[in-house]
Amino acid sequence: MDLFAIAFYVFAILIIGSAALMVFSKNIVHSAFALMFTLAGLAIFYALLYAGFVAVTQLLVYVGGILVLILFGVMLTTRGYFEKVRTRTVNLIPATLFTAIIGLMLILVFVTTDWTLMPLEEGEVTMTGLGELLLTDFMLPFQVAGVLLLLAIIGAVLMAARTRPPQQTPNPQQTSPTEKQQD
Amino acid sequence: MVLPEWLAEPGLNHFLVVSAALFSLGLLAVISRRNIIMVLMGIELILNSANLNFVAFSRYGLLSLDGHMIALFVIIIAAAEAAVALAIALNIYNRFGSIDVDQISELKD
Repeated sequence: MDLFAIAFYVFAILIIGSAALMVFSKNIVHSAFALMFTLAGLAIFYALLYAGFVAVTQLLVYVGGILVLILFGVMLTTRGYFEKVRTRTVNLIPATLFTAIIGLMLILVFVTTDWTLMPLEEGEVTMTGLGELLLTDFMLPFQVAGVLLLLAIIGAVLMAARTRPPQQTPNPQQTSPTEKQQD
Repeated sequence: MVLPEWLAEPGLNHFLVVSAALFSLGLLAVISRRNIIMVLMGIELILNSANLNFVAFSRYGLLSLDGHMIALFVIIIAAAEAAVALAIALNIYNRFGSIDVDQISELKD
């Protein structure tokens, strides 16, 4: 049993255990922190698979970005600081049975399929290859992804800024409220 | 310590099994939790399991660097989706005072 196998099993247990903790935890803040361990463990899995750039991107975007966003969402959608943040779970037993059946079928299909495997070669630095692919074969998706991110940011800002009712944001440029009522 | 050979050397199938477990846990979060943010976290888990499959196939299978590229684009789209979905969740909270997905049924009747 070499180091790769030990690392694989340790982080597989970390990933699946904290994912299960995320799903079954009653407290949503605990769920968010368990999700952090899952995502970090997945970044280590990518590093084990010689995908260094994907691993770093996973850490930066998921652990650094999306998780903070989710924590902000948790904080902004709960009333007060002292209320316990609890969430409802419905139909736990049928849902567990259903997903367990789906998972077992997926595992069965994955294990019994005869995948076309390549002979394992030594991992190499993927950065140069990824950069060349981004500027040649994936040029159009790369640009479209940039436009998509811009649109998503503008849309998110517009939707989140509309949340305050208009009475609470008086505009000093406009006329005073009394004159407005006369209109 | 004597281990059977399929256990001692993790290969493609081991990563695929981990990704299948992640997928079913994410699906469980989506269909059994009633908080919008928990549903979002379940979706993130499902996207991550797909990503793990892409990267594992680009290491062991025929997808070379293309698998890494697809994984990167999935991460980008997940970031955009999380931002928009959380803005929608904030709007829902301000309008209904709750983010329980069963209570948001104004369009139903």
